[in-house]
Amino acid sequence: MIKSSPGGALPRAVVAAHADLAAGLIGAVARIAGDAAAERLVPLSNTTLGAAELMDAMRAAVTGADASVVFTDLPAGSCTIAARRVARELPGLAVVCGANLPMLLAFALGTAAPHALVTLAVEKGRAGVLVAEEGAHAD
Amino acid sequence: MPIEVFRIDDRLIHGQVVVGWGQPLDLAFIVLVDDEVAASDWERDLYRMGVPPEMEVHFESVASALTRMAAYQQMPRAGLLLTGDTAAMRALVEGGAPITQVNIGGVHHRADRVPRLRYVYLSPAEEADLRAMAAHGVIIGARDVPAATPVMLDALLAGQGE
Repeated sequence: MIKSSPGGALPRAVVAAHADLAAGLIGAVARIAGDAAAERLVPLSNTTLGAAELMDAMRAAVTGADASVVFTDLPAGSCTIAARRVARELPGLAVVCGANLPMLLAFALGTAAPHALVTLAVEKGRAGVLVAEEGAHAD
Repeated sequence: MPIEVFRIDDRLIHGQVVVGWGQPLDLAFIVLVDDEVAASDWERDLYRMGVPPEMEVHFESVASALTRMAAYQQMPRAGLLLTGDTAAMRALVEGGAPITQVNIGGVHHRADRVPRLRYVYLSPAEEADLRAMAAHGVIIGARDVPAATPVMLDALLAGQGE
């Protein structure tokens, strides 16, 4: 069960990724959906952080934001490993891999309860990956 | 085909390993050598989760890795062996594993460590581990991803990497 937000506040999330990807994605959310939506997302980069430091940073970001969810980039990435370790300490924290812009927009603009919002965000993220044009293939 | 890369990386299995090294070397397996991980079902599941299905992951303690090293060196496709710290890799070298080169892929900031590269920070004990391996004839270089230029041990310890 994903933990609910205190006092009926809209759910918040940490976006954890390599290099500047998290900040870039959240910046794009702000451009598209506005600052209020983007403020529900907290960026975390793994740059220069070892496994233990990254876990400390993840824990601080999650608790500081009172986040219900961590969105990460790669399933095999260090951010995902750290997020899953923190989720083990903080039952109810969801971890979603493969973050993309449609996914984060759905979350940041959504008003549903955390569990429903995660489900919606994952659906939107998956739906956002498609081949829009096949292109010309010589084979 | 033998283990192609012996890597020290405190993040263990992560994006640089699976994608950065795994794809260009067409790695078929990873041997993760860590006593704590090897002893824990939860830790093994954690590291196995994100690895693509075509890549096998073998979890070993230092002792069991030494026992099975010959078998890994005879696998039909290329592999990569990972330790999370210099001490485990040194134990493998001193235990007789046929290691001729070691890649330092990531040893990140900690209070007792000195920065050597953007992704390599070393404590005095870790420097001693690396020097001990070098004394065994192991060629040691730091390189986070295959496309990077390796920084060899002398330059690394002299702080001439970047």
